Order: sequence, then C-alpha cells, then structure tokens
Amino acid sequence: MKASAFAYARATSVADALALLAAHGDGAKVLSGGQSLMPAMNLRLISPELIVDIGGLAELRGVAVSGDVLKIGALTRHAELLRSPEIAAHAPLLAEAVAHVAHPAIRNRGTLGGSLAHADPAAELPACMLALNATVVISGPSGERRMAAEDFFTGIYETALSAQELLVAVELPVARKSSGYFFDEFARRHGDYAIVGLAAQAIVKDGIFADLRLAFFAVGDRPTLAKAAARLVGAVVTPAILSEASTALSKELDPQQDQQASVSMRRHLAKVLLGRCVSALLDRPDLNAGGSA
Amino acid sequence: MTARISITVEVNGERVDAQVLPRLNLADFLREHLQLTGTHVGCEHGVCGACTVRVDGDIVRSCLMLAVQTHNASVQTIEGLSDSGEIADLQTAFRDRNALQCGFCTPGMLMAAQDLLKQQPEPDREQIRQHLSGNYCRCTGYQAIVDAIETTARVRMGGRP
Repeated sequence: MKASAFAYARATSVADALALLAAHGDGAKVLSGGQSLMPAMNLRLISPELIVDIGGLAELRGVAVSGDVLKIGALTRHAELLRSPEIAAHAPLLAEAVAHVAHPAIRNRGTLGGSLAHADPAAELPACMLALNATVVISGPSGERRMAAEDFFTGIYETALSAQELLVAVELPVARKSSGYFFDEFARRHGDYAIVGLAAQAIVKDGIFADLRLAFFAVGDRPTLAKAAARLVGAVVTPAILSEASTALSKELDPQQDQQASVSMRRHLAKVLLGRCVSALLDRPDLNAGGSA
Repeated sequence: MTARISITVEVNGERVDAQVLPRLNLADFLREHLQLTGTHVGCEHGVCGACTVRVDGDIVRSCLMLAVQTHNASVQTIEGLSDSGEIADLQTAFRDRNALQCGFCTPGMLMAAQDLLKQQPEPDREQIRQHLSGNYCRCTGYQAIVDAIETTARVRMGGRP
C-alpha cells in the first residue's frame, strides 16, 4: 500500500525540529532513516499529519571519542557504524551486532537513533545499548536530559521519549582493554529480526568475570539485562554454577509467543545463548557441552 | 499543509526538477513521473528488494524513501547502470546462467550484486548470499543467481568464466 497523505517539513536545526514537534504534538512524527517508519506508514499502521525530516541535520551525525566517552550521533547510519574505526576500537560489540541488522540496502539508510526511538523488542541495537551501559541524550523544550539506556526502553515500541523530544545521541563508556564481548542471535534468515538474541559485554580477570552484562532481546516487551549474570561474577564458573544461572535466567525472562516461536522455545534458546556466551567469553569450551539449539 | 514540494534531483546523470506530494515514495516517483519502470514495486514495505536503487552511490529501498528526501541527491536506477554498460557483464552472466525466470526481482538483484562486487571483488558464495539476503526471488532461482555473480567476480578478476 501507499502512505496516506501528510504534510512535510525539513528541519533546519535541532531547535527547528523541536519547535515543529512542540507545535504539532502527537500528530507529528520524526523521520530519520525511515526504515521502520516508512513500512509502518505504507502499511497504514500509522498516519502522521506531519513528518519532520531530520535527515539533513549534520549536527546529529558522526562518531567522536572524548576521554573515556564514545559519543554517537543519532543520525549515524548502520552502515557507518559497521565501517567506523572508532566503533571497531571502542565498541566492537556494536560493529558485530550491526552486521545482523537487516540487509545492506536497509543499513545504508537506517540510523542508530531511529532504531532506539522505534524500540522494537526484537531489534539488536537497543540490547547493545544495555550491554554497553549507554546513556541516551535527549533534547526537548526544556533543554537536554540524559538517561541510562536501561530506563529508556519502557515497552513494545515504547520509550521514555515524549512527543516533544528528540533523541540526539548516545554516549558509551570506551571499552576497557580487559573487556570482552559476545553477540549472537537466532533468526530464520540472515538479517531478519531475532527469535532470541544476546548482546553481552564483560570484564574477565584471570578466568573470572569481574563484570558481566547480558542483554537479551526478543524475549520480552523490551531488551532486558539478565539478573542471572550476577551468579556468574566473582567466582570460577563451574558447570553447576552455569546450570543454576541458566535456571535463574529462565525464570526471570518473560518471553511472548508469536508465529516464530513458543514461550518455551524462546526460554530454551535463551539458555543456549547463555551457554555459548559464557563459554566464549571465558574461553572455556567445556561450559558449552550441553547446549544445542 | 499537504502541498506539493519542489525538488531537484539528479537521476541517471540528468537533472530533474519536479513538484511532488510528500507521500510519494521514490519508487513511484521513478516509475510514474519519470517512466523509469525498471525499478519494480513488490512488497512496498522494504522486504522484497525489487525496488533497490542507488542514492548518492549507496543502494537503498526506493519504497522506503520519500521522493522529497532525494532533494539535491543523485539517484541511479537499473536503467542508468544498464545504459552506461557498468553491469553489462553481470547481465550477460545472468542471461547465460539462466539466473532469471520471470525477471521481476532481477533489477534489484543486479543492483545488490553490483553493490557487493564494488565492495568485495572476490566474494565467496556465503558472502554473496548474505549480501543478497534482502532480495527475494519467488521463482526460486537463487542457485543460478549466486552462480552468475560468482562467475562475474571471477572474470572481473581476470579468471575464466
């Protein structure tokens, strides 16, 4: 189908975009890369009155390192994340995850900010933000505010953004030398949304997790940091400990059933990913003995 | 409010000035306004890849881009790539290997294949499949399509077909 009629405004600055959003409220929608918005409009799932195109705002583009912080502009495209030397050096998890996001033609247009603001619970990048302990930078009528990615996602396609606000950037702590990362997902076909996925970041010292952030996605209404990770931190991980963590993970996740997978299948696949992840991060093949998909 | 908007866009090397409604997507602009019907419209929500074109050198889904977003941009369609001879060898390989049946997906396949070969001159079959993962062929011709792209890559690198 085709999108229904709407008015169009090309924002000339962040301030201009905010003024347009303030004037039009819920009737306005922000267009960045359009790779989620346009399908929704073509399918008439949404029919905004006004499209505020922020695509030309150079101030929202690019990746910069300042001290211990890696700042990524909201309009940075997936393809740019994939190619960026700064991302490869300071947030390699993100580069690995982006390769799983859709297909080349989509990655050439889709933006980081768009993916986060859209908040599909099966999307890769929101989970990466949790794993990487990202801070989301939001501009609104009363200035700029920052919040932890963990608090930003509030439900299926729901975030803490109000209709008058714009996600302008994310800030990530630069990956430490001792940190490791893991990314994997189950999908029917390369580039599809995940059936279950896991983005993880860890600090490993002498074969022991000093820190472990396990961000699961497509197993609930939003990406989730698994509390079960705490069971694996600070001690040598034995098969028994991993098994306990796996059981705890299964209990804390609240997956949904859909045409791709049942609740129990999602729980099972999450446990398989946990085994693969812990085994890979600790370089302990023995810990991945029982887990097959 | 939903008035027409002026755009200037370069299409296959020619400057085009047009007045378009905001809701008009790039695929329909190319097909209906410029009669460049080589760009096919399949699913209209970014899944099938039949509408793949180049914008400023990068392949995109023209059903997921508004015509107004191409203001001051350069668009290349399958007609442009075909007429310039850029993909003549790829087209020949598709024909020789019978890598098309109904032909509906072919323009998008060629756009995606050429995009891959520009970035990665010697892709293996898995890389070809990954790069084409967003392009559907409903005549189930994938093996032959991968063959044709593999052959083109080999010949471009100086090998035998």
